[in-house]
Amino acid sequence: MKKIFFSILVLISSLASGQQMLKGMIMDQSFPEGNQGVEGASVFWLYTNIGTTTNEKGWFNIPYKKEYRKLVISYIGYKTDTLEISNTATIHHFLTPDNELDELVLKSKKEATQKSFLKTINTFTVNSEELLKAACCNLAESFETNPSIDVHFSDALTGTRQIQMLGLKSPYLMISQENIPSIRGAAQVFGLTFTPGTWVESIQVTKGAGSVINGYESISGQINAELVKPFTDKKFFLNTYGSLGGRLELNTHVNTKVSEKWETGFYIHGNQRRAKFDRNNDGFLDFPLTNQINLMNRWQFTDAQKGWVSFINLRYMDDSKQTGQVNYNPDTDRLPTNIALNGNEKWGGEIDTKRLDASAKLGYVFPKLPFQSFGFQLAFSDHQQHSYFGPRIYDIKHQSIYSNLLFNSIINNTRNKFTTGVTLTSDRYDELVEFDHYRRTENSIGAFFEYAFDNSENFSFTAGLRIDSHNLLGTFVTPRFHFRYVPWEKATLRLSAGQGRKSANIFAENQQLFSSTRQIHLLSSGGKIYGLDPEVAWNYGISYLQGFRLFEEKGNITLDFYRTHFQNQVVVDWENPRQIAFYNLNGESYANSFQVEVNYGLLQNLDIRLAYKHYTIEIDYNSGKLSKPLVPNDRFFANMGYQTKKNSNNAQWKFDLTYNWIGGQRLPNTATNPIQYQLPQNSKSYSLLNTQITKVFSEKFEMYLGGENLTNMRQKNPILASENPFSDYFDSTIIYAPIFGRMFYSGLRFKIN
Amino acid sequence: MRKTLIIISFVLIGSITQAQQKNLRVSIEVDGVCMMCKKRIEKAALNTQGVKFASWDVKTHQLSLIIDERKTSVKVIKKNIAAVGHDTKEIKATQDAYNSVNPCCKYRDKKTVENHGKGHGH
Repeated sequence: MKKIFFSILVLISSLASGQQMLKGMIMDQSFPEGNQGVEGASVFWLYTNIGTTTNEKGWFNIPYKKEYRKLVISYIGYKTDTLEISNTATIHHFLTPDNELDELVLKSKKEATQKSFLKTINTFTVNSEELLKAACCNLAESFETNPSIDVHFSDALTGTRQIQMLGLKSPYLMISQENIPSIRGAAQVFGLTFTPGTWVESIQVTKGAGSVINGYESISGQINAELVKPFTDKKFFLNTYGSLGGRLELNTHVNTKVSEKWETGFYIHGNQRRAKFDRNNDGFLDFPLTNQINLMNRWQFTDAQKGWVSFINLRYMDDSKQTGQVNYNPDTDRLPTNIALNGNEKWGGEIDTKRLDASAKLGYVFPKLPFQSFGFQLAFSDHQQHSYFGPRIYDIKHQSIYSNLLFNSIINNTRNKFTTGVTLTSDRYDELVEFDHYRRTENSIGAFFEYAFDNSENFSFTAGLRIDSHNLLGTFVTPRFHFRYVPWEKATLRLSAGQGRKSANIFAENQQLFSSTRQIHLLSSGGKIYGLDPEVAWNYGISYLQGFRLFEEKGNITLDFYRTHFQNQVVVDWENPRQIAFYNLNGESYANSFQVEVNYGLLQNLDIRLAYKHYTIEIDYNSGKLSKPLVPNDRFFANMGYQTKKNSNNAQWKFDLTYNWIGGQRLPNTATNPIQYQLPQNSKSYSLLNTQITKVFSEKFEMYLGGENLTNMRQKNPILASENPFSDYFDSTIIYAPIFGRMFYSGLRFKIN
Repeated sequence: MRKTLIIISFVLIGSITQAQQKNLRVSIEVDGVCMMCKKRIEKAALNTQGVKFASWDVKTHQLSLIIDERKTSVKVIKKNIAAVGHDTKEIKATQDAYNSVNPCCKYRDKKTVENHGKGHGH
């Protein structure tokens, strides 16, 4: 009523002075059918004090002068629009709702790697541009240009890349896809190679304790991969890759709109390696022969006006690998188990994995309360691996259910946010380890609460707590705390502390043991998981980020120190070359990690990243305190990226060069082996150089050419007793350098929007 | 699943029934020029008991608020904003309060405003 009165008043006064008026109606795009007006939207001329609001029918009347050009229309929860006005013709304008769902889309157009000054938790985002710097080929290889994550090889036969953070292997990280823990359990070793690189939209890496929202399992960090989404991915995308190492990959994405609110995407990946290589002449394949088919279908539902978003995902993967001696033929040479050998056998192995994933997510943002939302995640996976390595059999079946319900809101105001919810998980494992069966079921239910305070100036903290009840791990509390303080301009100081725990899947996590003659010694202590206790650790960290400007160009430097301290660990003891032993920690185990990293834009299109890392990792083995084997104490990393300016057609060149220096690594003890099978105590340091050149022809088409390991660095004898693989000394697990030397690849990307 | 739906609908119903008084959306015009002003205005708004959400737009000068009507009123918020040196139509900042803002935030000064208009960013 007041508004009408006000409008009339404005009208009268303008009439009286003979002023010109502009009339218009503001409507809501979400309800275009009824042509209902938006009441209370504010309408005013930019750079003036002249404004009004719309009446209950959405109409407004505003004085007009020729000098006024820009009319601003704003309304909470909607995008603010500025209209160019040149006469008094009546306006009909639709406002578009603005909410967090749209914001997510905008965020991706920033630097390739974003270091956040504002987030409380030490997290950085690696977006698709950075991921393209190492063109090949799956999630395991997405970290080559990232100094916080180390990539190493699990063994000489499968050449599987595994990742480490803060000096700890991937089982101590929580690796999730769209916040659903995914690379765990049976998928621990090969899981990263089961997500094609082109499916990855961005990766968020959290160092240290992380959040309690997705579970208690993470110890040294969290890695979350966001996958491409039907609404934002290209309508059509094609990528091919071929390497001189005999690897061929093909990726196709097709995204289509089904209705106004539903979109669907089909993502098809295949890779193959048929060519046999034995460059080091040890009689064994340098790479396994592989064949993988990987299919994903995603459905995305978005109703931005009402605040709903939903995803339904279906995935199926079939992967087979063949390893071993070059002339091994699995059809004729496979050994029956438990047979006396005559010395003419060939050593070979096969790993067949089939995996089915189904998941659904539902999110709701309260349209009138942008700070309040809830989410629900439900995921199911079935993972089956059948494998043999020479005479040794290893099969694992793992079925997993994960569900998480969470609610986000505020206390008093947006400076005090919280997330709370309930998690339910169930895991069923069934393993065949040579002749022994291991079966177990893990069920857990947990509740969590995370409070985040931000004084919106220089100080914030996040405190999270979860309580879980687990049939094998017991009932336990997981606290995690993060603190951020801005001491002065462009600086951020962060502290974190938190606990994590997990059951160790000793065989799945250490599968390389089967590619050796090492005997398994399981020193049971009566615990509930293989007779062992759950692993429990605290992680503490301090990190300092300082931005700077040098010669007019921006840069930043990060110093961080993290310590992981195990209360219990399942020690994996490789120190006797005849065996591998698993036992509960008796004494101390810790991993200290120090890192300094500098990012700097040296010239306008030239970016440099330098990093140095130092690890001290010590474990009390039954034979005494030793540093962890096969982890270099020192590493140096340098990456240089150069891009030419885009021309009118968006064509440009991109160059990328990555240098890694890897310090000496302690090798597992081989002193009791015959002299020809003994290794030195430490490996020598070495350097690696990778490069990639991309030519972008247009927005639709680009080609790339790259070289890995340009200095041709190779480990001389990656397999002990390779000439006699059925002997007691056969061992392919001591890998500290690449097996394959220099390698070139090229590929293309074709996309239609 | 059924249970979840029940919980969800409870949460929904709960928020809808209370929305009228507890979560009122208002938009007021506040004078200012730059990102520093934004910080100051939002801080003053959020420091007001009953203000849940505050976002000031540099371009449009609109301060979008979500407030608990039972605990505060637009007038109180305007007073608090004037106290840190920013004018609203109804309540103007005192000269003392205005003097306390950073020199670059002197929105009453035409030159300062023009400078910001030229893309003198903060």
